This record gives sequence, C-alpha cells and structure tokens, in this order.
Amino acid sequence: MSLDLIRLDDRLIHGQVVIGWGQPLNVGFIVLVDDEVKNSAWEQDLYRMGVPPGIDVVFASIAEVARHLTEWTADPRPGILLVGDVDTLAGLIAAAGSGIHRINVGGVHHRPGRIERLRYVYLTDDEATKLRQLASNGVEVTAQDVPTARAVPIGEFL
Amino acid sequence: MSEATPSPTVGVIVSHAELAAALVGAVRTISGVADALQSVSNEGCDPKSLADRIEAAIGGRPAVLFVDLPGGSCLSSAVRLSRGRGERAVVTGVNLAMLLDFVFHRDLSPTEAARRAVDAGARAIRTPAA
Repeated sequence: MSLDLIRLDDRLIHGQVVIGWGQPLNVGFIVLVDDEVKNSAWEQDLYRMGVPPGIDVVFASIAEVARHLTEWTADPRPGILLVGDVDTLAGLIAAAGSGIHRINVGGVHHRPGRIERLRYVYLTDDEATKLRQLASNGVEVTAQDVPTARAVPIGEFL
Repeated sequence: MSEATPSPTVGVIVSHAELAAALVGAVRTISGVADALQSVSNEGCDPKSLADRIEAAIGGRPAVLFVDLPGGSCLSSAVRLSRGRGERAVVTGVNLAMLLDFVFHRDLSPTEAARRAVDAGARAIRTPAA
C-alpha cells in the first residue's frame, strides 16, 4: 500500500506534513480530501503554494474516495492522504469500505467546546466518540504529530 | 468638521512558535518603534482560532500580514482574511530587514507597504564574500 500515511490534521497541508513527514517518507503525492476545498480553485492554489515541486497534490471530495482509493494505493510513489476534521474522516472510512486500516491523528487544535487529549489533540466528546467508534470497528487509531514522536494508541488519549 | 486621519498601516506577523514575537522584539530594539507590529503565533490553534487571533491583532486597521512560510496554516489564514479586501495585504517569507523598512513607512497603503517590504526583504538576502 503506497498511501503511507492517512492523517487527520485540521491544518491540512502545512509544514509538519510536507517537511516533517514528507521528507522521511520521500512523498510523491498528497491527496487532500475536503468537499469545500475540492470546489474552491483559490483554496487549491493556496494549498499548492506550500508544496515543493515534484510532489503532486490531488484534491478530492469524499464521494470521490471510493472511486480512486485503489488507484492511490496502487501508486508506486509514497503518498499521504489528509482530512481536516473527524466527520470527514468518518465519511472517508465509510466511503473506503475496508480499504483503510490505520489512521494517524496528527493535529486537531483548540476551539471552544474541545477538551485537551494531547498537546496537539483537542476533541469534543462527540468527536472522541466517533474516533473510538472507528477504533472499535477495527481501524488502528494512533496520535503522532511528527515521525520522531511516539505513536500514541487511542486507548492512551481517549 | 475635520476629516479623521486614517489609521497608519499595522504590521501583523503570523508565524510558527515564537518567531513572530521574537521579530517584534528585535524590531523594537533596533528601531525604537514600539507600536507598529503585532505578533500572532499559530501555536495550539485550529484554523478558526488562528483567524480569530489575527483578526484581533489587526483590530480594524489597515494591515500588512507578514507570514513566515509561503504555504501552510499561517498563510492560509492570512490569505482567507485578506482576500478581496484592499485594506489588507499579505507578504510571505518575513524577515527582519523588511520589518525594519515597514515600520518607517506605515503611511503607505497596505499594498504599497507590502511591495516595499518585499523589496527590502529581498535585498537583505545575500551571500557576502567570506
């Protein structure tokens, strides 16, 4: 499987992803799954600005995941798939069927109503319940902001 | 009744970690100008919280948003808040030289101040003979 990292990160494409993970994984492509960004040319331009030449960026809606997941996983280049919120993540898993086995919680930051679970993971109770549900359905959920940090199993932060 | 004087353009530095605050301190030390710049860190912020921090730092004034990297969360938030708004401009790759120029040209419009800052910042990047 060449989608090496499937990551929940509310900043989507940013330094930790492009540099922190992109360099050691030698990433060749990034898939950004977000219905709003998929329909916004200027937002796509904005996200492309943060990506070095040589890394392709694919913008996809949740509905497109089921159609393209096999193609992305068959791509010989290492790839990263990003979602920005728990609901999109849950939609992604549902759309992918049994095609996604492991999720990296990379960054969900503070906003009112969210509780600190880790330094870089803040979740509402509803978001926490949805993540636990994914785990109970057999998806391996760990939190890890950068590759040099330890992958924290969901049982340790929720 | 006299017309109100327009507010001078404020510079808002948006960065990772403590870079923005350090730049504000350095500019103050070198220039003696204390009220031209505001710092915003993206530390611990989701995109909405970061946008709120930037908006609070702008405080309704004309503004140039100086961002550390030409991509990522700081730039995304800065561009979202400035898009279609002539009283705001965005500059990436912030450095000390551009800020030192900016604080003495706050009478310019944000667009003009941003162009000038980019020139000053670019001129400061060199490889002097050792």
